[in-house]
Amino acid sequence: MAGALLEVQGLVKRFGGFTALNRVSLSVQPGERFGLIGPNGSGKTTLINCVSGALPVDGGTIRFDGREITALPPYQRTRLGIVRSFQIPKPFTSMTVLENLGIPLEYAAAGRAGAPGSADAGEILRSIGLDAKAHLRPAGLTQIEMRKLELARAMAARPKLLISDEAMAGLSSTEVDDILAILFRLNAQGITIIMIEHIMRAVMRFSERIVVLDAGERIAEGTPDEIVRNPAVEKAYLGE
Amino acid sequence: MGRTSVTLLVGLAVVGAGIALAMLRVNAYLYFAGYVILQYVVMATAWNILGGYAGYVNFGTPAFFAMGAYTAVVLIQWMRAPLPVLILAGGLVAALLGLGIGYLTLRLRGTFFSIATLALSVVLQTVIMNWDYVGGSRGMSVIRPSGPPFGSYVTFLFTVMVGLAVGSVLVAQFIERSWIGRGLAALRDNEEAAECMGVPTLKLKLFATTVSGFLLGVAGAPFPYYVTFVEPNSAFALDYAVNALAMPMIGGTTSWAGPVIGAVLLGTASQLATVTISSEMNLFIVGVVLVAFVVLAPEGILGLVRRLRGR
Repeated sequence: MAGALLEVQGLVKRFGGFTALNRVSLSVQPGERFGLIGPNGSGKTTLINCVSGALPVDGGTIRFDGREITALPPYQRTRLGIVRSFQIPKPFTSMTVLENLGIPLEYAAAGRAGAPGSADAGEILRSIGLDAKAHLRPAGLTQIEMRKLELARAMAARPKLLISDEAMAGLSSTEVDDILAILFRLNAQGITIIMIEHIMRAVMRFSERIVVLDAGERIAEGTPDEIVRNPAVEKAYLGE
Repeated sequence: MGRTSVTLLVGLAVVGAGIALAMLRVNAYLYFAGYVILQYVVMATAWNILGGYAGYVNFGTPAFFAMGAYTAVVLIQWMRAPLPVLILAGGLVAALLGLGIGYLTLRLRGTFFSIATLALSVVLQTVIMNWDYVGGSRGMSVIRPSGPPFGSYVTFLFTVMVGLAVGSVLVAQFIERSWIGRGLAALRDNEEAAECMGVPTLKLKLFATTVSGFLLGVAGAPFPYYVTFVEPNSAFALDYAVNALAMPMIGGTTSWAGPVIGAVLLGTASQLATVTISSEMNLFIVGVVLVAFVVLAPEGILGLVRRLRGR
């Protein structure tokens, strides 16, 4: 598809003899809210690791913003605008919440649109509701605050594409709504979002388009309504 | 006046005080002992750039120190090179070794990295023991150049070490306060997250291992002229590995002041123990103090001070 922000083509990833991703292709349009779902072990996180650069690929290409990035190291992809949050929050534990945001501001966002500064970090924390905790260490945060920090830090990197890897797992339903609202707001600001999630209520509500992975293969693509009615998806999740 | 110029002035003042002290010509033993303590200031500071700032614990300190010392031995043997050349060359050879172990960090982290650096030290010691040109396992006498620029040769070496100590502390301080130090802290906390936040982790790690190696080599380069007899067991001494690690841990690893405090305290204590009790006692003291700190004050003296001030 012309003009796609992220274009993954024929991606192959093997771990020894196990094929985790088998010729997976997908494209994400600028400004889109994109859902990526699949049963446990279907290759969602592996796919994200390949896109963010944490894992080298065994075949296929990844293009971002019209540029081939298949061989770029992760930090350069971040600087181009692909930013991910982690399933298990990985804060910088020796720094305060504010200093946590300083790293992406200094390293990823510097020199790009919206010049960085400590005011920016404060603004991001306010918009996400963490400003009262700015001077705490991550160890003093609750689970939901930790997830928010993860998102705030990703925002500080000024992403064009934000990949949210199970940002809501283990949260209560009001907390899920809280995170969803933040993601909707980011999307309204023009950030393209890929959501990986097991909480169906959240993905279905959030996504404009969904791709389903099962055992390393892409088995379906469509709007949430189409996905819910797709027999192959039902089989993947529930068996025959 | 900016922060940098203040620290530079303080540094110059310390060097000046060192020269003045050398001119005083008090008991020669004091310069001898002072040299060792200052050498540990350099080593602890160098170790901390990699171990404290980047979180990669190096057990191979003796390898880098000995690279500096033996590079100097080779250059003295070959062309009687002057001391500044020895220091620079010793630093550069150890920096190359540092760059090498930097690439190890691609595959090895945590304990495994530390074990590899320990192995490196053993391998290099074996190589040196079998290299006749530098004296092999028997060691080799080194004759000091006659006529130091001022004072006796020991007071001259003492002054040089004052300068090297101030220089390394300034380097560490610069790294700590710059974007490099913030990036290193991020990768120490979580390497994967740091990389994903735009931190070029490999480049920063290579920088840290290279600078750390350089300074350790610099600390070792004047060693042949200091002891005048170099042999593998003293150049690759276990003391260096233990002290270079223990001093920053005791002082506090997150700031340049930690290794300096640790080196001055432990260095002085072990010199005193060597003179008053026995030369075997000093490592024992270091060991006991280290265990006490790891258990009671894991953030070192700096951490204790911060806690007492009530944050």
